[in-house]
Amino acid sequence: MSDKNKKGPESKTYKFDTLSLHAGYQPHKNAGSRQVPIYQTTSYLFDDVDHAAALFNLERGGHIYSRISNPTVGVLEERVASLEGGTAALATSSGMSAIFLTVMTLCEAGDHLVVSSQLYGGTVNLFRLTLPKFGIKCTFVKPRDTEGFKKAIQKNTKGIFGELVGNPGNELMNMPEVSKIAHDAGIPLIVDATYQTPYLCKPFEHGADIVVHSLTKWMAGHGSSMAGILVEGGNFDWMQNDKFPTMTKPYEGYHGLSFAEEFGPTAFTMKARAEGMRDFGPCLSPQNAWNVLQGIETLSVRMKKHCSNAEEMVKYLLGHESVAWVSHPSVPDHPDHELAKKLLPNGRGSMIAFGIKGGKDAGVAFINNVKLASHLANVGDTRTLVIHPASGTHSQMDEATLKFAGLSHDMIRLSVGIEDIDDIKNDFEIGFRAARKPRLVSNQ
Amino acid sequence: MKFKVNGHEVFASTGGRPFDKNKPLIIFVHGSGLTHMTWVLQTRYFAFHGYSVLALDLPGHGLSSGKSLKSIEDMADWISSVIDSVGYKEASLVGHSQGCLVTIECTARYPDKIKTLSLMGGAGAIPMNPDLLALAENGDPKAVDLMMDWAHGPAGHFGGHPVPGLYHINTGGMLAKSRTIKDTLGVDFRACDNYKNGFEAAKKIKIPTLSILATDDKMCPVKEGKKLADLIEGSKVDIIDNCGHMMLLEEADRVLKVLKNFITANFPAK
Repeated sequence: MSDKNKKGPESKTYKFDTLSLHAGYQPHKNAGSRQVPIYQTTSYLFDDVDHAAALFNLERGGHIYSRISNPTVGVLEERVASLEGGTAALATSSGMSAIFLTVMTLCEAGDHLVVSSQLYGGTVNLFRLTLPKFGIKCTFVKPRDTEGFKKAIQKNTKGIFGELVGNPGNELMNMPEVSKIAHDAGIPLIVDATYQTPYLCKPFEHGADIVVHSLTKWMAGHGSSMAGILVEGGNFDWMQNDKFPTMTKPYEGYHGLSFAEEFGPTAFTMKARAEGMRDFGPCLSPQNAWNVLQGIETLSVRMKKHCSNAEEMVKYLLGHESVAWVSHPSVPDHPDHELAKKLLPNGRGSMIAFGIKGGKDAGVAFINNVKLASHLANVGDTRTLVIHPASGTHSQMDEATLKFAGLSHDMIRLSVGIEDIDDIKNDFEIGFRAARKPRLVSNQ
Repeated sequence: MKFKVNGHEVFASTGGRPFDKNKPLIIFVHGSGLTHMTWVLQTRYFAFHGYSVLALDLPGHGLSSGKSLKSIEDMADWISSVIDSVGYKEASLVGHSQGCLVTIECTARYPDKIKTLSLMGGAGAIPMNPDLLALAENGDPKAVDLMMDWAHGPAGHFGGHPVPGLYHINTGGMLAKSRTIKDTLGVDFRACDNYKNGFEAAKKIKIPTLSILATDDKMCPVKEGKKLADLIEGSKVDIIDNCGHMMLLEEADRVLKVLKNFITANFPAK
């Protein structure tokens, strides 16, 4: 072989499917236990007084109290960090607490965030109603309005937040472009990538600085356990400007520690844990961490099936007489189809929004009559789930907010499961028949 | 803290405590392309236990200004200048990988200034893989990926970081990419490859010396570390099983324990 064609050495670090099973855990350090042990304990013995002081001063790594860290939860944190390509992660009791801790680590009273308008309803309420009580204000921008993100940045803006694929309307935020806008302003981009999981998209590769997940969804995958996580990309320079004094200036809570100076690419996670988890305490139980780890072991296998079933359902719905419209990034005339091909090369996800002919009444009849699909306020279960957002997940929004968030009364949100595709379609036929004659067959 | 050496601003972590000239000084010297942050699980302990600590960013690395120094000899002289610049007459040196070459050379050149020497993942020479060297000098991120692969043992590859939630390989990779790869890693690798005086320098060292080596270290294997240690009179050697070249993070507690015992015995705090 000529020198020109010589391939050279290749990195042999473990790849995605291997990391899904192994990252974060070494059996020989845990009595040889092949499975990750569940450390069901509140606290951890100190070797002596000096050891205790060293742990409290962040001089040494280790566990003190399970509100702050736990060995089982730690395996989950490392595993997700490895899959995302991040430097560090902090697991929390839910996706919402991951978002809250992220904001509270980033912001102080008087700060401002620019936020995509198409988000899970609970997240909208956090940004619109709850954070202002802490003195943190937000400006909402429609996810496709890339220039709008730039215009909304103020002097006190500390970050941009968005879901890559908005819930429930499936509008994409142009992550690479929005990240440039954020970085030009010297602020981080925070992306909720719950819908994608790192199997479909690794936001750090497209400019995100912090990723949050509701692990409750596809990552855990089986609808059994609540969990969330924040993951740090490690590339954001907190010291580039004076916008983040709580990251860069001496922190009284740890003897004058500067998180950015001491921990660099893991500074945000260290602060979120040392301050946020210490003071707010939304910790993840080791049992739930273990359940999520169990789910992650089969993440790529499940996501392939979720995505193939979703694409089948898109075809089915597009051709159905009872369906007014279908929104999924795999549909060629979806406004973000090309962007989705670029950002989601392994599949466009299993969330479908569709409009049912007959409006709200038809939607209610459909929901009330499907038998296999479960009507509940979750997504990303192995089972197929449906909900009518205007009367469910987003029901606390007023009419104007619903419209701004891209919701309509005829919209059904479908989270496609991994059942046999024919059985899902047959179930939907029952729902559609009822929707065409809502008053005759409604079970209400 | 920031201070000036040869007209250029230098950053060094003081381990989270104010720099106090009344305490004995320990200087930590990082490896190729890396920064002061690799030492976080050793420096903070010493800073809280009676020492003044400087975990340096070499010129052109991390938060230090200037250009990367092109030879191990220049780096050794620079360490001596650091000691002068902060108003000390003596210090204890701790080096990792390339930092071992630098601290060996510095100790040989300035025997009156250096009181103890601690080497982690050290060898008398670190010849570079030609492909890796070429990638680094061309600024190819693949150089960092390869370095992270080869530099980590099982703890790095599987995980199990002593600090909950941190993932070794990605954190190390991000440190190595924090400045332009060809200007940091490329220059450092070339300096390592060019340096031939390690074994001769080692023979001149007459101060207490500790070598911490690791069985899974592919970059500076145990036999190379032992060869170096054998040349230093009275040198102590500690070997860590199931650990790679990044032992200061992969087995941070073990490294700290051995280092603490060695430094407190031979260079005690007041």
